[in-house]
Amino acid sequence: MLGIIGKKIGMTQIFNDSGELLPVTLLQVESNVIVGKKTIEKDGYNALIIGTIDVEEKRLNKSAKGFFKDLAPKKVLKEFRVDDIQNFERGQSIGLEFLDNVSFVDVSGYSKGKGFQGVMKRWGFSGGRATHGSKFHRQNGSTGQNTEPAKSIKGLKRAGHMGFEQVTTLNLKVVKVDAEKKIIAVYGSVPGRKNTELVIRKAVKK
Amino acid sequence: MSIIRTVEQEHIKHLSEFIIKGKDPATTKVNLDEVKDNFLSRVGSFDIGDLVKVAVKIVEGKRERIQFFEGYVISFRGHGITKTFKVRKIAFSVGVERTFPMYSPNIDSIEVIRKGRVRRAKLFYLRERSGKKANIVERINYKKANAKAKK
Repeated sequence: MLGIIGKKIGMTQIFNDSGELLPVTLLQVESNVIVGKKTIEKDGYNALIIGTIDVEEKRLNKSAKGFFKDLAPKKVLKEFRVDDIQNFERGQSIGLEFLDNVSFVDVSGYSKGKGFQGVMKRWGFSGGRATHGSKFHRQNGSTGQNTEPAKSIKGLKRAGHMGFEQVTTLNLKVVKVDAEKKIIAVYGSVPGRKNTELVIRKAVKK
Repeated sequence: MSIIRTVEQEHIKHLSEFIIKGKDPATTKVNLDEVKDNFLSRVGSFDIGDLVKVAVKIVEGKRERIQFFEGYVISFRGHGITKTFKVRKIAFSVGVERTFPMYSPNIDSIEVIRKGRVRRAKLFYLRERSGKKANIVERINYKKANAKAKK
């Protein structure tokens, strides 16, 4: 499904027409350009490659220079599986008009990295009591049975790296679209830090 | 200015237009330009410790009426469009606090009844006080008052 690439600016508040104060996240969508196509004949599937944010040509290696050829080189590239690619041209730009008549969107991006975290924060384990002689505080407890099966099964919830993974927030209401500033405001929060790249799609479940 | 602040400032401007939208200057009693100016200069028009009368628009079905909330301003919080202020009053010997967004279009007007002389930015100590001690002394600008008296 086709989407556009945007940038998270940050959160603020907006009053709607009935005077209610809404928490919104501002997303900036700079010019999105179709820089390439993948076809079923050549690549096995149909897709569009969309690029955004200009980059200096001297920053590119030879293969990237060859890829962009006649187009302005872009820093961020993303592939979108689209069936009817014949309707799109290489070099065609997709802007905020993509969101015309769209009232709900899905936004995906990489969540904030939390580093190496224990099971309580990472998986919501209860942990043990802090006092009264307890020696069991923030550990994960039992990880298996006895002689049978004599091993811990794979995929158990353990401590480890948390965050910086792809997260999609579904059904965010589009509160405001500012075509001049290339900014949209969606109700609520979106994944990731400020200035992170995000993919904005029409809501799949609405 | 960062993008986020620019968007906020623009929204404040938009709200100042929004509150007078659809009103005909010929038929309304108040000066619409003044309403707009008052809205834009709400920050700074009153301060901590002031006794204020906040006029809040309330919609009941299709009818709109105005309700007043009168009390001391005890705190400011946030900045830009997210700025809010807290007003405390004693109603039937029970303390009541209400937080208003500074730029809410539902606030019709904020009238300062009396300036207050306080030495804190947050007046939460009033919560532990009752009776006369829960009052705030009026701040009088003696220079101005004397000049007026001489005239």
